Amino acid sequence: MATLSNTAVLLGKEVRTEFRSRELLTTTVVFILMVVVLFSFTFDPSESESRRFGPGLLWLAFLFAASLMLQPCFLREQTNDTLSALRLAVSDPFAIFLAKLIANTLFLFLTELLMLPVFAILYNVHILSVTGQLALVLLLGSLGVAIPGTAFSAISAQARMRELMLPLLLLPLLTPVLIASTEATAALLDPQPVLRKDWLGFLAAFDVVFLTALWLFGEYLLEE
Amino acid sequence: MLKRGIIGAAVLFLVGAATYACFYIAPEERTMGPIQKIFYFHAASAWAGLTAFSVCFVANIVYVLRRSQASDWIGVSAAEVGLVFTTVVLITGPIWAHPVWGIWWTWDARLTSTFVLWLLYISYLLLRTMLEEPDRRALLSAIFGIFAFLDVPLVFGAIRWWRTQHPQPVIMGGPGSGLEPTMRKVFFFTVLAMHALMLLLLSERYRLEKMRGEFQELRREAEVQ
Repeated sequence: MATLSNTAVLLGKEVRTEFRSRELLTTTVVFILMVVVLFSFTFDPSESESRRFGPGLLWLAFLFAASLMLQPCFLREQTNDTLSALRLAVSDPFAIFLAKLIANTLFLFLTELLMLPVFAILYNVHILSVTGQLALVLLLGSLGVAIPGTAFSAISAQARMRELMLPLLLLPLLTPVLIASTEATAALLDPQPVLRKDWLGFLAAFDVVFLTALWLFGEYLLEE
Repeated sequence: MLKRGIIGAAVLFLVGAATYACFYIAPEERTMGPIQKIFYFHAASAWAGLTAFSVCFVANIVYVLRRSQASDWIGVSAAEVGLVFTTVVLITGPIWAHPVWGIWWTWDARLTSTFVLWLLYISYLLLRTMLEEPDRRALLSAIFGIFAFLDVPLVFGAIRWWRTQHPQPVIMGGPGSGLEPTMRKVFFFTVLAMHALMLLLLSERYRLEKMRGEFQELRREAEVQ
C-alpha cells in the first residue's frame, strides 16, 4: 500500500517536472516528425505502399524516439544528486521505477497519439474508424518500451558513452515489441481492419515478464 | 599444469573424433550430398552456445543475490564463449544455405532470432567495457544479462510466429522428422564434443578473468598504500 502511495507522489513529481518545461515532449514530437518525413524518401508513399511499410516505419520512429527520450530519466536524478534522496524517501525502491515507468509510458503514449493523425494524413491511411483499437496497441507497445527502457536508463546513466549505450542495450531487446506492435498496427490499417488479439496478448505477456523482472531486480540498480 | 594439458588433449581428441565421425561414419545425405556435413557442427555449436548463455544467466542471478566475484567471472566468460559459438553458427549457416537454398541469408525465424541473440550478448559485453568500477560493472551487467536472457524466448516466439523458412527441427521435431540412426549418433557425439570444447574454453577464460580480477585488486591495494 505504501508502495502505491509513494508511486503516486513520485508520479506527480515526474509529470510536474515534465510539464513545467515540456522539453521531452516537444523534442520527441519533432524527432518523430523528422523520421516520418525522412522515411517518405525511401519508398513511394502511395496508399498501398504506405499500408505495407507505414506501420513498421511508425514503430521504428517510436522506438528510436523512445531510446532518446528515456535518456534523461535517471541521468537527471544523477546530475542533480537527487537519487539518494529519492532512495531514502521511499520504503520500496520499486516505487521509484514504477513512477518513472508510468510517467515514461504516459509521455510516449501522448507523443504517439499526437503523431498518429499526422502520420495518417501524410501517408494516406485511414485511422478514424479504428482509433480506439490503435490506442490500445499504442498503449501496450509503449508500456513494453518503457519497462525495460526505464530499467536500462538506470544502467546507462552510470556508464561511459551513455547516450550510445541506451539504444544499444534497448533496441535489440525490443525486437519482440517491434514485431508484435507492427503486426497489430498493420492489421488495423488494412482495408478490412482486424484487432489482432494474439499479438496484443503477446505484448501484454512481454509487459508482464519484464515488469516482474524489474520488480525482482530493479532495487539492485539503485544501490549506492 | 599437467592436469590442464591432459584435459585439453582429451577435448581436442573428442573434437577430432567427431570430425572423423561426420566425414567417414555418418552416411551422405541423399539430396544435399557432402554439404550436409556442416549441419553436425552448425547445430552442435548452436546447442553449445545456448548452454553457455544459460550458464551466463545462472551466474548473473547468483551474482545479484550472493555478490560472489566468481559468479561475475563465470558470467562474462560464458557470455564470451557463447558468443563465439553463436558466431560459428552464423558463419556456418550461410555457407550451408548458399548451395542448398541458393541464397546466403534469409530473414527467417531462427536465423533472425539467432542474430538478435548475438546482438544482445554483444551489447552485454560492450556494456561491461563502459563501466569502470568492478563491483558496479558486475552488478549492472548481471542485471542486463538477466533481462537479455528473459528476452530470448520472447524473441524466438515473436519471430517464429511471424515467418519461418529454416528447415523444421530434425531433433524433437515431432512426427515425420528425425535423423537416420547413424546420423543421429554422430550428431549427438558432435554435440558432446562441442560442449566439451565449450567447457574447456569457458574454464580457460574463467582462469584469465580471475587473474585479471585479482591483479586489479592488488593494484588497487598498492595504490592505497
